[in-house]
Amino acid sequence: MFDFLEGYDVLAAFWLTIKLTVFSAVGSLVWGTMLAAMRVSPVPLMRGFGTAYVNIVRNIPLTVIIVFTSLGLADIFGMTMGASHDFNLQGFRLAVLGLVAYTAAFVCESIRSGINTVPLGQAEAARAIGLSFSQTLRLVILPQAFRSVIGPLTNVLIALTKNTTVAAAIGVAEAAFLMKEMIENEAQTLAIGAVFALGFVVLTLPTGLLLGWLGKRLAVKR
Amino acid sequence: MSSVLYDAPGPRAKRRNVLLSILFFVLLALLLWWLWEKMDDKNQLEWALWEPFTTSQAWTTYLLPGLADTMKAAALSMIIALPLGAFLGISRMSDHRWVRVPAGAVVEFFRAIPVLLLMLFANELYVRSSDISSEDRPMYAVVTGLVLYNASVLAEVVRAGILALPKGQTEAAFAIGLRKGQTMTSILLPQAVTAMLPAIVSQLVVIVKDTALGGVMLGFTELLNARSTLAANYANVVPSFIVVALIFIVVNFILTSFASWLEGRLRRSKRGTGAVLAPDDVEDNPAAIPGSYGTGQAV
Amino acid sequence: MKLRKVSAASAAVLALALAATACGSDDKDDTSSGSSGGGDKIKIGIKYDQPGLGLKEPDGSFSGFDVDVATYVAKELGYEPNQITFVETKSADRENALARGDVKFIAATYSINDERAKKVDFAGPYLLAHQDLLVKKDSDIAKGADLNGKNLCSVTGSTSAQNVRDKIAPKANLKQLGGYSECISALQSGAVDAVTTDDSILAGFAAQDKYKGQFKLVGEKLSNENYGVGVKKGDKATVDKINAALEKMVSDGAWDKAVTENFGPAEYKNEKAPKIGVIVK
Repeated sequence: MFDFLEGYDVLAAFWLTIKLTVFSAVGSLVWGTMLAAMRVSPVPLMRGFGTAYVNIVRNIPLTVIIVFTSLGLADIFGMTMGASHDFNLQGFRLAVLGLVAYTAAFVCESIRSGINTVPLGQAEAARAIGLSFSQTLRLVILPQAFRSVIGPLTNVLIALTKNTTVAAAIGVAEAAFLMKEMIENEAQTLAIGAVFALGFVVLTLPTGLLLGWLGKRLAVKR
Repeated sequence: MSSVLYDAPGPRAKRRNVLLSILFFVLLALLLWWLWEKMDDKNQLEWALWEPFTTSQAWTTYLLPGLADTMKAAALSMIIALPLGAFLGISRMSDHRWVRVPAGAVVEFFRAIPVLLLMLFANELYVRSSDISSEDRPMYAVVTGLVLYNASVLAEVVRAGILALPKGQTEAAFAIGLRKGQTMTSILLPQAVTAMLPAIVSQLVVIVKDTALGGVMLGFTELLNARSTLAANYANVVPSFIVVALIFIVVNFILTSFASWLEGRLRRSKRGTGAVLAPDDVEDNPAAIPGSYGTGQAV
Repeated sequence: MKLRKVSAASAAVLALALAATACGSDDKDDTSSGSSGGGDKIKIGIKYDQPGLGLKEPDGSFSGFDVDVATYVAKELGYEPNQITFVETKSADRENALARGDVKFIAATYSINDERAKKVDFAGPYLLAHQDLLVKKDSDIAKGADLNGKNLCSVTGSTSAQNVRDKIAPKANLKQLGGYSECISALQSGAVDAVTTDDSILAGFAAQDKYKGQFKLVGEKLSNENYGVGVKKGDKATVDKINAALEKMVSDGAWDKAVTENFGPAEYKNEKAPKIGVIVK
C-alpha cells in the first residue's frame, strides 16, 4: 500500500524541514527580541527603525522575501553565507536568513505585547530603585514578559514550521519540495497528501500542546 | 513621548541618547550606502530597468491584472471562509459532544498543515477528478487551500470573540427566556462581530500575502506571477521584485491601517461592551492587551 | 443601534470585496468567451514568458517563433489572426489542457518524447533544438565538461538540470531558480557562469535589447529536442492538417523568415527545418 514511498526519502525531507525550523526559530527569537527592545527604547531613531522594519516586513509575502534572498542577497549583494561553492548549502542558509527576517517581525510584536502585560508598578518600582533602562528591561520586564508570551510565541513557532515549505521556491529540498515532485510522478495523490499532512500534524500538534502546557505552568500569577 | 520604562532623560542621558542616535544612524547609513553601491555595481540602478514602471502599459498589461487576480482570490477566500469559520467556531462551543469534538478536530487539523501543501493537493485533486478548465484551476486550488486554512483560523476568531463577551450577556438572555439558538443569533453574535471585525480585516492581510504561494508553485496568474511575465519582457528581474514588494506593502498597509482605525473606533464607542479583539490577537499574539505603556507607536 | 453600525461596516467590506471580484471576473470573461464562441474562434496554447518563442508584449500582443508558427497553422486551418485567442499553457499543464479540450493545439516549446506521446498526439516536429549553454561573451567555457567546478543555473526541477548533473558535468555547482529570466539575470550579475536549457530559449533571451551582445551560445548539442505541435489524443484529422500547414510554411519561406526574425540577433545557428514525422533521437 505504501509502495509509492519507494525511492523517495521522506524522512530526509522532513529532517530538513526540522532543521530549517530550529535554526530559524533561534535566529528569529534573538533578532525579534532585539527589535522589540528597539521599539521600546529611549532612542527615537531606534524606535522608528523597529516600527518601520516590522510594518514593512509583515506586509510582504514570505515568498517574495525568500526569493529575494537568493536573487538579491546572493546574486547582487554577493552574500555567499560561507558556501559560495555549494548552492545547496547556500540555498538552505539563505532560506534560514529569509525566515528569520520575516518571523522576527512577529516575534517582536508578541514580545512587545508581552511587555504590555507587565503591570506598570513593576517598571515604576524598578526605576524607583535606580535601575537604568536596559537594567529595567533585562532584569525586571523581559523575564516576566517572556513568561506571559509563551502562548503567542508558540503560535509563531507553529506558523514558522509551516512557513518553511516556502523554501521550496528556491530549491531547498524540504517536505513541500518532495511532495510536489512525488505528486507529479506518482498516481496516489490522496495517499501522498495524507502522508505529508500527517508529517506536519506530527510536527506541530505536540509542539503546540507541550508549549501550551509550559506556558500555563510558567505564567506569572496575578 | 514619555514611557514608564525610562525616566525623562536628564542632561547625561540626553547626551547618551544623541550619541546612540548618531551611531545608529551612521550604521544604518553605511548599510544603505553599501546596498546602493552594490546595486549600482551590478547595473541594477540603470534607468532603463526602472523606466518600464513609468509606462502605463507595464501596469495595464501585467501588474494590474495580476493585482486584480490577487485581490479576487483573497476576496473570494474571505467570503467563503467567513461563514464556514463562523459555523465551525460556533459548533466548537456546542453543548453536544458529537458536534464539539469533530468541529474541534477539523479546526486543529487544518491549522496544523501548511497552506502551500493544501494548495498543491487541491490542485492535483482538481486535475484528476474535476471538470475545471486548466485556465481557472490554479485559482480554484488557491482559493480552496486558503478557505480550508482560514476557515479554521476564523473559527478561533469567532470563538474568542464570543468568549470575550461578558458572561452577563448570556445570563441576561437566558433570564428573559431566550433559547440557546436565539441567544447566539440575536445577543452574542451581533456583539461578537463588532469585536471581531479588526481581527477579520487583518486576517485579510494574511490571505493577500498567501495568494503569492499559488503564483510561484501553481502558476496562478497573481501579482508575483505577472511579475515574471513582465521581467521576461523588460529583463529587469531585481527591480520588478522590488516594485511588486512595494505594491504588496502598500495594499497591506492600507488594510492594516483600516484594521487599527476600526479597532480604535470600536474601542472608543461607548455603547459597545468594550470587548475588542486586536488585529493580531489570534494569528500572532493572543496576549495583546491595549497599550498600557505609552511608547507612542502606531501600529 | 449597534447592529446598524455593524451591518453598515460589514456591508462596506462586502461591497469592496464584491467590487474586486466583479472587476476580476470581467477580465476572465473576455478571455474565456472564445470557448463558447464555437466555430469562429480558436484557442491556442503558448508560453507567455519566453522571449523569442512565446512572449506577452507590453501592448498585450504576442510575439515569438511559436506564436508565428501557431498563427500560420491557424491561418491554414481557416482562422484569421483576429480569430485566435492565445492561452498561457505552463509546462506542467499542457497534457491536461489538451485532454480537456481547453485549447485546440499547443505550440509552447513542446518537445516530443515517448512519455508525452502516450497522452497527446504530436504534429511536426517544426523545430529541432538542442540543450546548450549560454555564457558571457568573454567566457572560456567551450564544452559541457568545462562546467565541472563552475556555477550553473537552471530552472527548479527541469530536465536539463538533471541532464547536466547525471551526464555532462557531475561536479558542476547547480543553482536552481524559479524561471529562466532569473537565471539570465544571475548570469549577467556574475553569480553563475552558465545557464543551460534549449538553445532556442537561450537565443530568445540573448536576443533581447537589454542583453544584446553580452552573451554567446557555446554551441554544444547536449540533447535533441524536437518541438512538436500538441494535439488532443486521437485527433488524427487535425494532426494531418497541421502537418500539411507546417510543410507549406517551410516550402514558402515563411519558416525561414520566422527563424531569422526571432532568433537572428543572437547568432543562433538553427538546424534546417525538420522533416515532418522524423524525430531525431
